[in-house]
Amino acid sequence: MSNVRSQLTVSLWRGGEDGRYQSYQVPLRENQTVLDVVTWVQRNLEPSLAYRFACRVGMCGSCAMTVNGRPRWTCRTHVSRVADDGRLEIGPLENLPLIKDLAADMRPFFEKWQQAKGAFAPSKTRHDPIETIRPDSPARRAADAAIECINCGVCYAACDVVRWNEDYLGPAALNRAWTLVNDVRDTANVRRLEAVAASGGCHACHSHQPCQEHCPLSLNPTASIAGLKRRTALSFLKGEIEA
Amino acid sequence: MNVRLYLAQRLTAAVMVPLVGLHLAVIVYATRHELSAADVLARTRGSIAWALFYGIFVLAAAIHAPIGIRTVLTEWSPLKRRSADGVAIGIGLLLLVLGLRAVAAVVLP
Ligand code: SF4
Ligand code: SF4
Ligand code: FES
Repeated sequence: MSNVRSQLTVSLWRGGEDGRYQSYQVPLRENQTVLDVVTWVQRNLEPSLAYRFACRVGMCGSCAMTVNGRPRWTCRTHVSRVADDGRLEIGPLENLPLIKDLAADMRPFFEKWQQAKGAFAPSKTRHDPIETIRPDSPARRAADAAIECINCGVCYAACDVVRWNEDYLGPAALNRAWTLVNDVRDTANVRRLEAVAASGGCHACHSHQPCQEHCPLSLNPTASIAGLKRRTALSFLKGEIEA
Repeated sequence: MNVRLYLAQRLTAAVMVPLVGLHLAVIVYATRHELSAADVLARTRGSIAWALFYGIFVLAAAIHAPIGIRTVLTEWSPLKRRSADGVAIGIGLLLLVLGLRAVAAVVLP
């Protein structure tokens, strides 16, 4: 009966790790996103509310939060789709330390991105001619399938192995590594494969796919990680990498 | 888990798949033909084939199982990685000793 309802009951996490949920009444609007709700509370009721966003159009990956128990990108999540009987519970992303309120500390997420050698290592300089890459080559197709990641951390928050094993690099960093493994211009693949073949790397993944189910861009980190498992195993057997 | 443990676990699994099938077939055969313990021992004692069959089986299981147990311990128990390694190796050795003793008991003449 949401057409007769005029208010939402919204619980927001306030404080640090030892904080608590606090309830607010927020006017219901048409086409309202979860981020709109949080912004309304910050502008009208709680000026000190900490949360993060930038683009509001699903590009920057900074607005992810836990909404009614699931990690989601809040700027592209409509209230009408997720409100449970006019109620929303919004907390910070899980599996990350908390800074305050709805702002999780993303440092471990990006540090693992570095650990998985997620930075491109070019083989050419600006003075070389641009290398032609066939878009229909198998390697480029594999990279393209995984490339649209916006670093939102939703998969990282959804992954049980991240929760249980603090060394696990997580779906996003490994998915990124897989795109570079398939990039013929990159020169760091021995180091990269060694990094993801070590303890806490791709072989810790249980292939159970919450990362894929929750990824707002419908990427499939599980498939990328399966690719890394095969590639590292082959490279190890051929003696190309040390482990 | 790293790539070495991963390969060890997958390869031992691949070895065990046909062995498990054959082992089940042996059980069905033995019960269908109502073989007594003495009948079974008459067939296994001194047999290099049975010694190899169950010897390899025990070895593969003793490698495969502790790798999985180690993962469960590191994810679900408060044990530190080192202690989890220790417990898993201990369980592997136990499986190996118990298994090889059982094999020896049925194949040694
Ligand atoms: S499939 Fe792998 S990366 Fe994805 S949620 Fe499961 S363990 Fe995490
Ligand atoms: S893989 Fe998907 S869920 Fe994970 S960080 Fe990238 S865009 Fe977000
Ligand atoms: S604010 Fe940029 S993705 Fe949501």
